[in-house]
Amino acid sequence: MTSHTQLYEIFIRSQRGLDHKHVGSLHADDAEQALQYARDVYTRRSEGVSIWAVKSSDIAASQESDCGSFYDPLDDKPYRHASHYDLPDEVKSL
Amino acid sequence: MGTEISVKEYVVRLGDDALILGHRLSEWCRNAPFLEEDLALSNVALDFIGRARMFYTYAAELSGQDVTEDTFAYQRDCRDFKNHLIHELPRGDFAFTMVRQYFVDVYSLAFMTSLLESSDSRLAAIAGKAIKESEYHLRRSEEWMMRLGESTQESHRRLQSAVDELWRFTGELFDQDSPERELVSNGVAVDTRALEAEWNQTITATMSKISIEIPKDELQVTGGREGKHTEFLGFLLSELQFLQRAYPGLEW
Repeated sequence: MTSHTQLYEIFIRSQRGLDHKHVGSLHADDAEQALQYARDVYTRRSEGVSIWAVKSSDIAASQESDCGSFYDPLDDKPYRHASHYDLPDEVKSL
Repeated sequence: MGTEISVKEYVVRLGDDALILGHRLSEWCRNAPFLEEDLALSNVALDFIGRARMFYTYAAELSGQDVTEDTFAYQRDCRDFKNHLIHELPRGDFAFTMVRQYFVDVYSLAFMTSLLESSDSRLAAIAGKAIKESEYHLRRSEEWMMRLGESTQESHRRLQSAVDELWRFTGELFDQDSPERELVSNGVAVDTRALEAEWNQTITATMSKISIEIPKDELQVTGGREGKHTEFLGFLLSELQFLQRAYPGLEW
């Protein structure tokens, strides 16, 4: 792998109406090549109808050390969950 | 009757072009410069092998008897193959493979677009599928021309030497013998002569963008359509056909 290639994170939408999902990453020289490689690497079995490629370096990621301050304070706030509501049958997921 | 034999021959020729190039491309599988390109090249190889299968299957139907697509791929010798020579040249370095691919992709897209109008509905249907593939192939190979042409001195040098080596094999793409000309007048075959000017224009425009010179007045090598091949085809076939030659009729 040459040093000038960059890492891209690849997101694929498997069918219209669904969200793009992260499927993996790949190396490419630029965005156009990243899209082409994503097509060849991740949609060989008709997995997608849309591809996003994002430079990995452009992703701001939370750190393991953030866990305590980020998530622990939520543990005692059950009222924020929708689990206490009775869902109408028509609603498949919430 | 005469025409029917010619149609079959024509279909086999197109199958030969696709199979031989597909095999050459498949040689990059696990040998490409990096993983992503390895998969991408293998995908293109599979597209061409799939194209060969469609042509051979149709030719087998026109043949009747016990002929199948495999008969064409595995049970013929060099002289029986009628592919254009450009497809059988060894894969060379990556620049060579991509320049050949670019030349072929520009040609293929125009060819298949024209084949879509064929009076033979099966050929038109095959063209319909192949066009979409060729559009993607071309997008890739054109991108590589720019990339290699504008990257480093070495990539530019390799690109130039690939163009120098390949140019003499491009004239054959537009050279049609009389059986093929006859099919052109029937509306079955593609009039490749009519594709040449635009092909030249496209290639020249791309190459001038990346300061690659196109050889002038080069003697053109032909013979593929007559079964007169370069020394490389025999080696290719010996690998391609080994299993069926050693174990005739072997199946999965």
